[in-house]
Amino acid sequence: MNKKLRVSPSPHIRTKETVENVMWDVVIALTPAILAAIYFFRLGAVKVLSVSIITAVVSEAIAQKLMGRKIQIKDGSAIITGILFAFVVPPTLPWWITMIGAGVSIILGKMVFGGLGHNVFNPALIGRAFLLASWPVAMTSWIGVDGKAGPTILGVLKEHGFSKVLDMFGNQGAMYTKLFLGNVGGSLGETSVLALLIGAGYLLYKKQITWHTPVVYIGTVFVLMWIFGQDPLMEIMSGGLILGAFFMATDMVTTPYTSKGKILFGLGAGILVVWIRLKGGYPEGVAYSILLMNGVTPLINMYTRPRIFGGVKNNG
Amino acid sequence: MKLFTFKGGIHPPERKELAEDKEIEVFAAPKVVYIPLIQHIGSPLDPLVKVGDEVKVGQKIGDSKGFMSAPVHSSVSGKVLKIVKHPFPVNGYANSVIIENNGEDEWIESKAVDDYTKLSSEELLGIVRENGIVGLGGATFPTHIKLNPPKDKVIDTLVINGAECEPYLNADNRLMIEYGKEFVEGVKIILHILGIKKAVIGIEENKEEAIEKIQNLVANEDGIEVGVLKTKYPQGGEKQLIKALLDRVVPSKKLPSEVGVVVQNVGTAKAIYDAVVKGKPIVERVLTVSGLGVKTPKNLLVRIGTQFKEILESVGIDEEKTEKLIMGGPMMGLAQFTDEVPVIKGTSGILALTEKEMNSYESRSCISCGKCVSVCPMNLMPLMYAKLARFKEWGEMDRYNLMDCIECGSCQFICPSNRPLTEGIKIGKAKLRGMKRK
Repeated sequence: MNKKLRVSPSPHIRTKETVENVMWDVVIALTPAILAAIYFFRLGAVKVLSVSIITAVVSEAIAQKLMGRKIQIKDGSAIITGILFAFVVPPTLPWWITMIGAGVSIILGKMVFGGLGHNVFNPALIGRAFLLASWPVAMTSWIGVDGKAGPTILGVLKEHGFSKVLDMFGNQGAMYTKLFLGNVGGSLGETSVLALLIGAGYLLYKKQITWHTPVVYIGTVFVLMWIFGQDPLMEIMSGGLILGAFFMATDMVTTPYTSKGKILFGLGAGILVVWIRLKGGYPEGVAYSILLMNGVTPLINMYTRPRIFGGVKNNG
Repeated sequence: MKLFTFKGGIHPPERKELAEDKEIEVFAAPKVVYIPLIQHIGSPLDPLVKVGDEVKVGQKIGDSKGFMSAPVHSSVSGKVLKIVKHPFPVNGYANSVIIENNGEDEWIESKAVDDYTKLSSEELLGIVRENGIVGLGGATFPTHIKLNPPKDKVIDTLVINGAECEPYLNADNRLMIEYGKEFVEGVKIILHILGIKKAVIGIEENKEEAIEKIQNLVANEDGIEVGVLKTKYPQGGEKQLIKALLDRVVPSKKLPSEVGVVVQNVGTAKAIYDAVVKGKPIVERVLTVSGLGVKTPKNLLVRIGTQFKEILESVGIDEEKTEKLIMGGPMMGLAQFTDEVPVIKGTSGILALTEKEMNSYESRSCISCGKCVSVCPMNLMPLMYAKLARFKEWGEMDRYNLMDCIECGSCQFICPSNRPLTEGIKIGKAKLRGMKRK
């Protein structure tokens, strides 16, 4: 043969799946929730989403350029961060705060760690935590259940108790229906349980996530809230729990990789949500529960190393 | 029907269809053969012939007194042209005996055995060694050593590896279909050597014809049965096979004899039959020529020492599209730098792979998706190896049980970032072996 042959170690074939496929699957899975957000929050949603996505992608490109790296914005990971960041802020957030938040998500949440795959915390949640500390008023100006400015369900619950929440909806059945469909106040992307579940189903079907973390996470919140005398169904359908459980606590980069680890992550995050909602200063705890568990992930990975085939026990 | 399997593994595109129905064709002995003086795991052999000598087919031309060795034989009759370094498919170059074929196909006098049951294990092991038999699955471990396990281990079961889980390859499949009788006789000889009664032949579900054929052949054989395995890679890994068929777990860093098992490949069993009953040493083997770069994929019976080049020319190769030339399967096979390498005992396949089937993809950062962890048949954490190798943390790699890795490549196959996982593993293993020797 006259041609120069390529020589490299085995294996010589690989799956057709690439990082791009993985990321774009997540984007596709987020689409129903994007549509729901636009349906419920109209122009506010379009504004926050577009500012956030554009800022995320542009800041990633700039950061990669400054770091002397190849520009890889096409892998879709910055778009995901842009969408997720928009999803965890109020639809009324001024455009310039949105921009700062999305930029912080990418720069401080991801690029300073070295870019995709190296970050310890969920970038979108870093952006959210940053804004909550810097512009607390803007970050908690919600559109309420009645479409006018007002607190979220969890906010009302924290301030005035469950009976006041029920008053807002009329009865329990109406409350569940509204929560499930999504025409209630809250962050952009967390309101429609239905839309989020459709996306989650897609990710499960494509095997980009497993059931372990979401089921244990949501289950833990449900059971503990029930034990503590709360309305468990309302608790799991409000706040960002469904969004967080399926789209953030399953983020490959910042969460454990074994099934056992994923279960522990869900359990820990669930306990933290209940703790923060019942005892903490904030009405809602999903973001902090995931960020805190992100920090524990390396430890979980260390302690959930699989037992090797034919091994008696871990020797590490 | 119950399908036997193990935990983990992957489902690469099989591409068996390219050649699985092609009957084994005899590939004409070439004008010149290049026979490397090492075709087994172990030390190289000394030549037993010199330039100018006339040799016959089956004549021993290289041997060694080393414990871990198996002799090589001439695959043609003719004259020794040279004994020099020649491209070698395992690594670079090897001392090789180059023989010009006189086309007479004169054989050495046969030492066939009429009734092997009258011979002792030692005598039969001697025959196995003298005929140069090594593991024909590709690992080329000397068979007479494998069939003589430590005396303190009680062996009760022979496992025959007919899984052939590597994509593309059909050599074992075709052997079972076309030489089923000889193969089963070979299994019986191995049982006799081991002095045991029980054999399980593991065949993957996708080889229906072979399963049916062998099931019929062993229907009246006491103690020999067929275990149908789930089609999955690496189903043919020794430890995976034993777990799947017998539900026994070979302890970490131990051999199958630890759990009373000896594993042999289909081709090796057939070779043992040829050696004992026909008095034929290994001078040829069945292999699959395939890959999308090959115009007419085939299964061939090829003389040892035939250059890849000649085989590829005969089946037609698309040089334009071919990017890699592989000896063996696409998962564990060895990439070749030249097509001048010869067929050796361990050549189960010759693959000409194109860009399209390899799915090359630029390596990216690890996104910790954990897919490599979930497919690892040894329950290791492959993602750690690439990281640790980068920082030269060899000791730490050992703590992550690097030495238990069977290098099946499942982790790198599944990795969406195409991390150089097996490369890190191979370097790490070499470094660790070096450290342990000191």
